Amino acid sequence: MSQTLTPARTVPLTPSPATRWRRTLLGRDSAVVGLLIVVVIAASVLVPGFASTTTWYYLLLDVFPILLIALPMTLVIISAEIDLSVASMLGLSSVIVGSLFEAGWPLPAAAAVALVVGAVGGWFNGFLITRVGLPSLAVTIGTLALFRGIAVGILGTRAVTGFPDWAQNLVTSRIGPIPSVIFLFLVLAAIFWITLHATAVGRVTYAAGLNAEAAQFAGARVGRLKLGLFVATGVMSALAGVYWTLRYGTARGDNAVGLELSVVAAVLVGGVSIFGGRGGIVGVIAGVLVIGALRSALRLADVSSDVINVITGFLLIATVIAPGLWARFGERLRRRTT
Amino acid sequence: MSAAGAGVTAPMLEVHDLAKHFGPVIALSHGELEVRAGEIHALIGENGAGKSTLVKILAGVYQPTSGTLLLGGQPFAPRTPAEARDAGVAVIYQEPTLFPDLSVAENVFMGRMPKAGAFVSRREMRRRTSELLALLGVEIDPDRPALGMSIADQQLVEIAKAVSLDARVLVMDEPTAALSGVEVERLFAVARQLRDRGAAVVFISHRFDEIFSLCDRITVMRDGAHVATENVADTTPPEVVRQMVGRSVDTLFPRTERTPGETVLSVRGLSRAGVFADIDLDVRAGEILGVAGLVGSGRSEVVRAVFGIDRYDSGTVTMQGAALPAADPEGAMRRGLALVPEDRRKQGLHVDLSVARNIALTLRWQIGRLGLISPGAEYREAETWAAALQVKARDLDTVAGTLSGGNQQKVVLAKWLSTKPTVLIIDEPTRGIDVGTKAEVHRLLDELAGQGVAIIMISSELPEVLGMSDRVLVMHEGRVTAVLDRADADAETVMAAATGVAA
Repeated sequence: MSQTLTPARTVPLTPSPATRWRRTLLGRDSAVVGLLIVVVIAASVLVPGFASTTTWYYLLLDVFPILLIALPMTLVIISAEIDLSVASMLGLSSVIVGSLFEAGWPLPAAAAVALVVGAVGGWFNGFLITRVGLPSLAVTIGTLALFRGIAVGILGTRAVTGFPDWAQNLVTSRIGPIPSVIFLFLVLAAIFWITLHATAVGRVTYAAGLNAEAAQFAGARVGRLKLGLFVATGVMSALAGVYWTLRYGTARGDNAVGLELSVVAAVLVGGVSIFGGRGGIVGVIAGVLVIGALRSALRLADVSSDVINVITGFLLIATVIAPGLWARFGERLRRRTT
Repeated sequence: MSAAGAGVTAPMLEVHDLAKHFGPVIALSHGELEVRAGEIHALIGENGAGKSTLVKILAGVYQPTSGTLLLGGQPFAPRTPAEARDAGVAVIYQEPTLFPDLSVAENVFMGRMPKAGAFVSRREMRRRTSELLALLGVEIDPDRPALGMSIADQQLVEIAKAVSLDARVLVMDEPTAALSGVEVERLFAVARQLRDRGAAVVFISHRFDEIFSLCDRITVMRDGAHVATENVADTTPPEVVRQMVGRSVDTLFPRTERTPGETVLSVRGLSRAGVFADIDLDVRAGEILGVAGLVGSGRSEVVRAVFGIDRYDSGTVTMQGAALPAADPEGAMRRGLALVPEDRRKQGLHVDLSVARNIALTLRWQIGRLGLISPGAEYREAETWAAALQVKARDLDTVAGTLSGGNQQKVVLAKWLSTKPTVLIIDEPTRGIDVGTKAEVHRLLDELAGQGVAIIMISSELPEVLGMSDRVLVMHEGRVTAVLDRADADAETVMAAATGVAA
């Protein structure tokens, strides 16, 4: 069919609500949510015991730290940066909570100090990246070692335990069948969703990720934005550290080693482009749950952890390739229908 | 080369009726050039006159649409830069492209290093490089890496490479733009030597003093076509300027009656080391201040500094009586300054974002309530401005990068007009867009000035500057060389000021 059937309008109209819904349903976020639904249904049918509230209760408690860190990480990667120091910050935060508790501090005060340290660590990352102008990959590989080094330096190979029962009960408590920390997560997710999708900060995050120079020409303070995003990542990592300490009842320097890769993998599976500028919060939450559900189902099916790693590795690669294939498919579809 | 000795007038390079089209755009319509062995031939013309296209055809970068090339009397049609080089045509660009981590000798003999058995003979390579450099009369250590060498030295290494390849035609594309006085003298000495050794040298420059002191003949181009070829001794700078512009600026440009008001933006003594110096500039409400000058004269750099994208070392920018903070584009934007930048696809637009998101990006603080952007409000604003500028697109979700150049420019204009600026700076408003859209942009600028917007318009197109402006500011090598009222601004005067020829 020729182009004349869909003539370019003199006035480009606002697309109708129906068109907008259709485009949302064909978008990246929807694809990941669709994948999650498929994985959950398949696991429920194939794996005995997966479709139970107990499985889901533990699954959610397990992925909670990844969910927390994935929120700011989504914004960081959309702005075309990366933060690999998050798991080390989690460990440092855990050590700070443990040492201060051991020194007789009340837990809430110790947790508050850990969050402040998270903010300072994030600011340090952001300062080196936006003010000194170093690449975030290099800087955060450096602080990955630095934060972990400080954490291990403070406690050595010791572990602080003996946290009060009320604290562990608090983080593992449930409202109905759902862990209550998930409600805290929903509030935080709403804040990050609004920031990314409905504020000037979010608009500039996408713009900076796609083309930082053009964003600057539109008056955006790209450096300040990114500095803020790294601070947010530091704080959320520290919060995950507080949770980790209380959930497992132990503060150790090597808590959550390697978790940064799980976070980045989940964000990418969630449809965020590693080159920046594309993706969204809903997709990332679905992405974290896809990986969590898959691993949980495979464990229940007695699959060895090596095989589980291979499968999640393939999933990651597939989701990185998928957007390109999807775009090509959509292009062909459009050509056929117009 | 049996014809050697038949007189120095034998043409080494002949270009006849050369044309190059890029789709509907004609970059070169009628290129003529004849360069003899043993002469330095200047090629001169305004930006966009077709010089670079011609050179790129000689270098094998572009294939001509039509026309003939003869090299030493033989047909010459290089399909790649390597073919051009092997045939004996070498081009020295303004910014040489050496391998920074390799030594001077390795750069000279890249791809054809002398061998001793299976291995590269470093000693032989070094010896031959030293010879070449001595021949050119320059002192450069053949063993030092290219990294950290001055641009002048890098050019000389490129020339040494060309000589080692027995280049019969050497094209220097604005080689002096980045050189200091001493370096220019040394380059000229080398160029004269090459000429005396029988090479045909083509020298492209905007600097008349250089052309008149160095060259034997001069070819002037305009609008993609050959205008004149003369002996340097038989012509004068004003004559060449006349040939470069030589067209009547007609009254195709719209002009409603304008009544300029108060000065709203004023710049005093703005300087940035090595880029521009002592810039004074005033623009009044309801007038268009045209800024003319050659590419590289510092025009874009000045407005980027005013808007806050780049820093400046000293000077002040005042807007409506209050100082505009330095290096703060967001602050400048909130105060009513808008900048439509030179490079649409890299700076003006987000080519991967939709039309709506592009237009509303500058309004990000204003749309919605309590800082929350609702899609409805975003589409509404975008629709208003896209309609006002008659952007042609399927709908507002269309990705901006898929639009035509003219429509992309309209999106950039919509993006900035939506901020309702007091002062609009627009850099190359009609570059790369079709004639119809061009006229629309001109009408729009005229209308905006009529409504009292102060406009600073940078343009490399002289007719545009002369046709649209109330006053014309001319820059040359980072300085303001003239500020002319509309009545006094004609092509010759502006071109003379832009090329630094004393009027």
